[in-house]
Amino acid sequence: MSLTHDRPTDRPTIGSFEPVRGGDRPAPRGSLPRPRSERRWRRGVRRTGARFDQPDRRSVRSLLVALVLACATLVTLDYHGGPDSPLEPARQAMGSIFGPVEDATARVVRPLTEVPGWFRTQDSLRHRITALESENARLRGQVATAGPDRNRLAEYDGLTRTARENGLALVPSRVVAMGPAQSFSRTVTIDAGTAAGVRPDMTVVNDDGLVGRVLRTTRTTATVLLILDGNSVVGARLGDSLEAGYLRGRGVIGNDGRLDLELVDDTVVPARGDVVVTWGSEDGAPYVAGVPVGQVTQVFANLRDQTQRAVIRPYVDFSALDVVGVVVPSGTRSDRAVIEADGSLQ
Amino acid sequence: VSALRALAALAAVVVALVVQVSVFPAFAWQGVTPNLCLLVVVAAALARGPQFAMLLGFAAGVLLDLAPPADHVAGRWALALVVVGLVAGRVRQDLRPTATAVVATVAASSFVGTSVYALSGLLLGDLHADVPGLLEVIGVSLVWDVLLTPLVLPLVLGMFDRLEPSRVTA
Repeated sequence: MSLTHDRPTDRPTIGSFEPVRGGDRPAPRGSLPRPRSERRWRRGVRRTGARFDQPDRRSVRSLLVALVLACATLVTLDYHGGPDSPLEPARQAMGSIFGPVEDATARVVRPLTEVPGWFRTQDSLRHRITALESENARLRGQVATAGPDRNRLAEYDGLTRTARENGLALVPSRVVAMGPAQSFSRTVTIDAGTAAGVRPDMTVVNDDGLVGRVLRTTRTTATVLLILDGNSVVGARLGDSLEAGYLRGRGVIGNDGRLDLELVDDTVVPARGDVVVTWGSEDGAPYVAGVPVGQVTQVFANLRDQTQRAVIRPYVDFSALDVVGVVVPSGTRSDRAVIEADGSLQ
Repeated sequence: VSALRALAALAAVVVALVVQVSVFPAFAWQGVTPNLCLLVVVAAALARGPQFAMLLGFAAGVLLDLAPPADHVAGRWALALVVVGLVAGRVRQDLRPTATAVVATVAASSFVGTSVYALSGLLLGDLHADVPGLLEVIGVSLVWDVLLTPLVLPLVLGMFDRLEPSRVTA
């Protein structure tokens, strides 16, 4: 903006168009000539485009008004429409055009985009080895001190998990596009769509834990809302006490991506290191039960209204999201191999 | 020539959009990527003036709003890029702008564009972020856009010049 002030000599050349035009058309600025001049201008754009070169202030202003009104119309239509907004078909159409293009582009540039990953691993390898060694030692100690009770519990746990996972399968897919942080919404495109058996409101996981849920699908792609998004709410429970609560995203991606957990029961104080898993809902939509989400890192107590807020560090590294799985009912017809709960491919 | 120019500009925007969502996330810093669509609109403004840039900004914004993986209220990027077209078009002069002027225009446009987008989100309640985080994203994206300027702007400006070589004498 300050640029215009830097060059006072520029302004007269632009402003000088006005008197000339005024001489051309002596019509007063009444109510009648205005629409005619706009129509003529619009014709000029379509046919010749020559007027683009002349920074005519009045036509710039009327175009600005027209475009801002168009934007306002879009916003209003979409904002009040909600989930069945009139723009949803347009989104679908755009998705079926851009989805395959994004998919193809991601495939072509994948060798290139994996380059930063090498450096990241090289850089953090030593730290990770140290951390893993200490964790290993700690776990070995735990195993050594654990009694037979614990082993029996683990068996029960495995049994219930199998029962719970029965009837579910995973459609494997890869992330082909990620929305920029400037859009302030955390969404990605994956390369599995309705042809692969993916439908809206399905749970998306990866090998670390919960990733998000499917928002909308096209034939070959689907848009996934990450749990880090500011609009995302996940029903979750603490692994230790089974207390239920709600996980909200903060909209921050990267290393300091965190979730906030608000428990339904205000009196429960979550412990640091507690595991948080999904609560699940009827028919497993949008989230199936028992998917690990993250660990409690901090707990804040609000003295005024006596509530607790826990900060959760998600298990999934959202800045390096690649292979994910969509949870589908077992026996779903798909255009690719579906991974069943027992590990078999179908 | 006009139709050809519009087509070329649209093609540039489409390429920018796909590269922005499919290639750049791998190089993103805290999820912030360079806003290529905004750079194309700024180039259009420098080469062709505010009206063309505003129209192109609107088209690019609608694409950004609707193409996956976007999931915000549609029309917000459209509004932001129309404003960018206007702001960048204001510094346009009949001679080719200097390198410093181009960089300053990109910086101003990036700041204005991302801010308008963020503010519209705050007004609509579509955005759940605190102000410091918001300012950080705006700042980082400004740095990204300025860094990418020497790579992208000459390319797009060159494309517009080739479609209309007589501009230099004006």
